[in-house]
Amino acid sequence: MAAAESLRARLLHDVTACGDGFNPAPQAPSLPAVSTLPPRPRPAALSPSRGGGALHRFANPGRFLRLTDRLLPWLWGAALLVLAVGAAWALAFSPPDWQQGETVRIMYVHVPMAWLAMGGYAGLAVASLLSLVWRHPLADLAARELSPAGAMVTALCLVTGSLWGRPMWGTWWAWDARMTSVLVLFFLWVGHAALVRAFDDEERGARAGAILALIGAVNLPVIKWSVDWFNTLHQSASVVRLGGPAMHVEMLYPLLICAVGFTLAFAALVLARTRAAVMEKRVRQLQLAQARRHEADA
Amino acid sequence: MTEHWWHVVISWALTALGFGTMAALAARRHTAAKRRLARLGPRERRQG
Repeated sequence: MAAAESLRARLLHDVTACGDGFNPAPQAPSLPAVSTLPPRPRPAALSPSRGGGALHRFANPGRFLRLTDRLLPWLWGAALLVLAVGAAWALAFSPPDWQQGETVRIMYVHVPMAWLAMGGYAGLAVASLLSLVWRHPLADLAARELSPAGAMVTALCLVTGSLWGRPMWGTWWAWDARMTSVLVLFFLWVGHAALVRAFDDEERGARAGAILALIGAVNLPVIKWSVDWFNTLHQSASVVRLGGPAMHVEMLYPLLICAVGFTLAFAALVLARTRAAVMEKRVRQLQLAQARRHEADA
Repeated sequence: MTEHWWHVVISWALTALGFGTMAALAARRHTAAKRRLARLGPRERRQG
């Protein structure tokens, strides 16, 4: 009975406090060995280098949960506040376009979604690199939770672009270089979300997803410069361009406000999803410990 | 309402719906995990 109790205390301590809560190599701990053996030394390649130490601060789930517990309310609050200002400015106080009329107000959601779709994918590629190189357990979870949100903003980018294109170009869709490459980006997002969930072994799924994400990153410059390389229906860059924004400040400022607001909302969303995933992983571990304890008692 | 405004409203509504739905799903997952953690682990119960 005492062995079971010490196992329980040790597992709970490892899971909840400062131990490496979810071991990158998920072998199920066998009962007697856990409490007697010294912690298994990590292979040299995996041991965090001095630089990696800062990186691994948030590999600890307890620390991540405490940080996000404090951060998320502020992040959501800031997002809603900035979006309220941005939406009011964009919808009510910014001028219609001399050519496009009121449809220009779609720009204030379409452009932020495009930036989030591409910026989010760059984030996915960075998380994948952290996962593959440093086996950072939180990077796996973050990437897993990021891709559905990334797919959502990419879909919104495509749909709002189509809603804008219909009155302006006379068509819902065209196999234009910019639109097609963003559609490919959407499939990459969805592919990653599906791939990481297609394996029983989460770590193998995370690794496969990380490889896909890194390969797909080649699409980002294609999207960015498609409007310059090809003769596209889609206009060229209006904000992020060498000569500086080619947009009147009465439209540029609400656009930047909306972009900040949606970025804050996107960050809060991904952090909230990652937080839920960390807690769900802890639940599975405690259930595993409970099952092993029942096994030992039986 | 003009066609232009219909397209504007639909665009903004879809965006709000997308973010709102995902935020609600994340909140639900969080609540469910918190409840299960409270039941499973005494440390979580103390942390509340």
